[in-house]
Amino acid sequence: MRKHFPLRGGVLQRPYAWVRAVDGVSFDVHATETLGIVGESGCGKSTLARLLLRLIEADAGSLTFGGEDVHRASPARLKRLRRDMQLVFQDPYASLNPRLTMEDAVAFSLLVHGTPRGEARERARVLLGRVGLDPRLYGRRYAHELSGGQRQRVNIARALVLDPKLLVLDEPVSALDKSVQAQVLNLLQDLKEERALTYVFISHDLNVIEYVSSRVLVMYLGEVVESGTADALAQSPKHPYTQALFASAPSLDPDRRLDRPPLAGDPPNAIDPPSGCRFRTRCPFAMPRCGDAPPALRPVAATHDVACYLYEAAVPEGAGRRE
Amino acid sequence: MAIAGALPHDLEPVAGAPMSYWRTVGWRLAHDRMTLVAGTALTLIVLSAVLAPWLAPFDPDAGSIRLRLAPVGAPAHLLGTDEQGRDMLSRLLWGGRMTLVAALTPVLVGLGLGTGLGVLAGYVGGLTNTLVMRTMDIFYAFPAVLLAIAISGALGPGLANTLIALSIVFVPRVVRVAESATVQVKGLEYIAAARASGSGVGPILRHHLLANVLGPILVFASTQVSLSIILAAGLSFLGLGVTPPAAEWGLMLNTLRQSIYVNAVVPALPGLAIFVTSMAFNLLADGLRDAMEIRS
Amino acid sequence: MWAYAGRRLLLAVPTLLGASIIVFAMVHLAPGDPIAAVMPAESSQAEIEATKRAYGFDKPLPVQYLVWLGRVVRGDLGRSIATRRPVILDVRDSLANSLVLALSSSAVSFGLGIGLGLLAAFRQGRALDKVASAVAIVGVSVPHYWAGIILIIVFSVQLNWLPAMGAADGGGPLEYLRHMALPTVALSLIPLGVITRVVRSAALDILNQEFVLALRARGLAARRVFTHVVTNAAPQIFTVLGLQFGFQLGGSVLVEAVFSWPGTGYLLNLAIFQRDIPVLQGVILVLATFFVLLNLGVDLLQTLVDPRIARH
Repeated sequence: MRKHFPLRGGVLQRPYAWVRAVDGVSFDVHATETLGIVGESGCGKSTLARLLLRLIEADAGSLTFGGEDVHRASPARLKRLRRDMQLVFQDPYASLNPRLTMEDAVAFSLLVHGTPRGEARERARVLLGRVGLDPRLYGRRYAHELSGGQRQRVNIARALVLDPKLLVLDEPVSALDKSVQAQVLNLLQDLKEERALTYVFISHDLNVIEYVSSRVLVMYLGEVVESGTADALAQSPKHPYTQALFASAPSLDPDRRLDRPPLAGDPPNAIDPPSGCRFRTRCPFAMPRCGDAPPALRPVAATHDVACYLYEAAVPEGAGRRE
Repeated sequence: MAIAGALPHDLEPVAGAPMSYWRTVGWRLAHDRMTLVAGTALTLIVLSAVLAPWLAPFDPDAGSIRLRLAPVGAPAHLLGTDEQGRDMLSRLLWGGRMTLVAALTPVLVGLGLGTGLGVLAGYVGGLTNTLVMRTMDIFYAFPAVLLAIAISGALGPGLANTLIALSIVFVPRVVRVAESATVQVKGLEYIAAARASGSGVGPILRHHLLANVLGPILVFASTQVSLSIILAAGLSFLGLGVTPPAAEWGLMLNTLRQSIYVNAVVPALPGLAIFVTSMAFNLLADGLRDAMEIRS
Repeated sequence: MWAYAGRRLLLAVPTLLGASIIVFAMVHLAPGDPIAAVMPAESSQAEIEATKRAYGFDKPLPVQYLVWLGRVVRGDLGRSIATRRPVILDVRDSLANSLVLALSSSAVSFGLGIGLGLLAAFRQGRALDKVASAVAIVGVSVPHYWAGIILIIVFSVQLNWLPAMGAADGGGPLEYLRHMALPTVALSLIPLGVITRVVRSAALDILNQEFVLALRARGLAARRVFTHVVTNAAPQIFTVLGLQFGFQLGGSVLVEAVFSWPGTGYLLNLAIFQRDIPVLQGVILVLATFFVLLNLGVDLLQTLVDPRIARH
């Protein structure tokens, strides 16, 4: 899947450059699993989330959901498909209409799909209760009267009201306090089991991703650099970028402290990414060939793939990690 | 309550239905002293204009040469008479009708057309936006007064031409505000969420977009009413508005202007009426702007 | 910066062309035969034929427009119906008078408005702030043509201090200044209100920002805080000053009509009264061009003051 954004300027407003937000990302999500997607801010995670729901159109690539091509679906089919896939947004302030009461905000999706108003309200109230907001207290309130955590609960209720199968969560807890984060994460876990949901969970916070995910994709500058089960990645991260991410994530476990310094510097900009492997400019193991062509994603174990030349010739364990 | 935080003595709410947004706005307006004063003044002005046929003691067009330029407080003529001996009170009452119609209609036209065009340009974007907005820019090449005078100068005098000219002044102004508000709201995540729910353009515009852009547009339009009054009366002051002998504040000011050497107070009255009305609208617009700010 | 300036300059071209279309359309907006709109009623048949050819009235509208635009670009704005003089001469003479009036009224409104606005912001909620608010609301609400009449009643009729009409042709510079006093005050009222308002709210916005709080917390002298606030509010103030200068130049029709000040507004008023469409067109075209160029200049100056704009 690919998405480039034009940057316009000059007298005629012609695009003078393209931001390569998402480039050649390809993955499967299995039913009822939680796929975590992790990466620094600006690596294309939010763009990917919007592409998954076709809120923006992809430049190339395809997206299949339950055997149906989402990116070629007719408007009518798309409307139907959208019942099955929903999105929870990052910003609890911008994601709720300030002019709607919470029950109306949740009920709106149902009204769109033809549920009578009274029934839609009732279902919205039930769902508000389920996400931990007493509908008698909060049903008639407006967004500005709620805290960030409460708003995020409403966002979750709004996403669930259509009984979707897939929920894309775009940094759902990043804007919240740590203590509230845990509550919301636990709520999400409960809901998932209760409703047999499938999650695509996007975050920059490795701790959160590790906690919720069964499988993890690591993204860097719009590309996937490593993927594998959460355990495999935590036990033996392969890509130097993944290793750096783990190194910079605070851990209380002394066995998991690394001797490698965490990432230095900012990621290069996505308008003009480095040739070859995009990480090579910050990689401690960069080799001359890294600049020639981007390494492909190759398996290093049964469910563990990595895109790095260090593992091309089945380089044995230990590029940087002390076991 | 929705105004929690805005009130110094309000307790943290526990239960109960909060006020809807518009009720909150109404509540705030009713509790602002300046707004109340301005609102009361405006109500009186509008009522007196509407009820002019019943309130006016004399026929506004019937004069008497013997009674020319009677001073304020003259017997039977509370506010004196004009240069043709017509009763000033009656003419001011009738004149308010004309001035208010000439000033409010263009703002309403601007509100309707401008919101439509601005939301269209903002929501659709692309070429439509460029086309609409560049066209509006052309009207911004003229200061408001000049544009109004240019158009009605070419069209010639008359109420209809005044309305056309002033509408052309106000439509582009509302379009600009509506467009920028729409672009801003359109980028917010709740619009994306509504699209993700499978909603078509219609319900999104109705429930999510309009509800949020109408506030700023309304506030802006309310600030334009006083300008419209000054311009509408100004056009007839130049002889471009309603035609004599009809009573209209600007026109009355114009015809009485020659009489300032005889009577200094009576010629000032129509202008005072314009001033008070325009100021009341401005104060009300200020109150509305403050009341419509969402505070959390 | 230069790319932005070039882009901004190019954007002004379609705006000017659009404005010229509006001005061109005025001949056809006028009720009746367009020939009657640009010719005196008592013209001979030969004169009418000549005018028809010059304007290209027999050709389709787009061609007429191009013919007209071609003449305008060469400085030919046609002849006045009333005086038969070339319009460009009338406009040139009156524009000088209007500019003088606009400059003097700007001096009053800019000086008082900026001063009052800043004082009000720094004395928020105190008596001075209330005075400034009152000045602002009165300024933006007052029909300035009426204010002009009141000034005449008080200062010319009652007190007999200042002349009420005209520009004192051949009366010497002092007499010219005396004639200018009342129109200057009348014209400066609306800009004074607008500027006081904008300056006050712009300065308050900056004053309430955290970095100013930080400056104060660091114990910076009040004068230094003041400088910070003014430099940061400058771009916003600049915009409003530009627009208001334009208003005082192009919006002075009503004031000039009241005081018979021989500027563009007076000429415009005369043209309307005499239904002299060529003069009407000429004045409006020149003023609109002035206004567009003024806005352009303000925009460019602003990029010098505030480098963020060009990058935007």
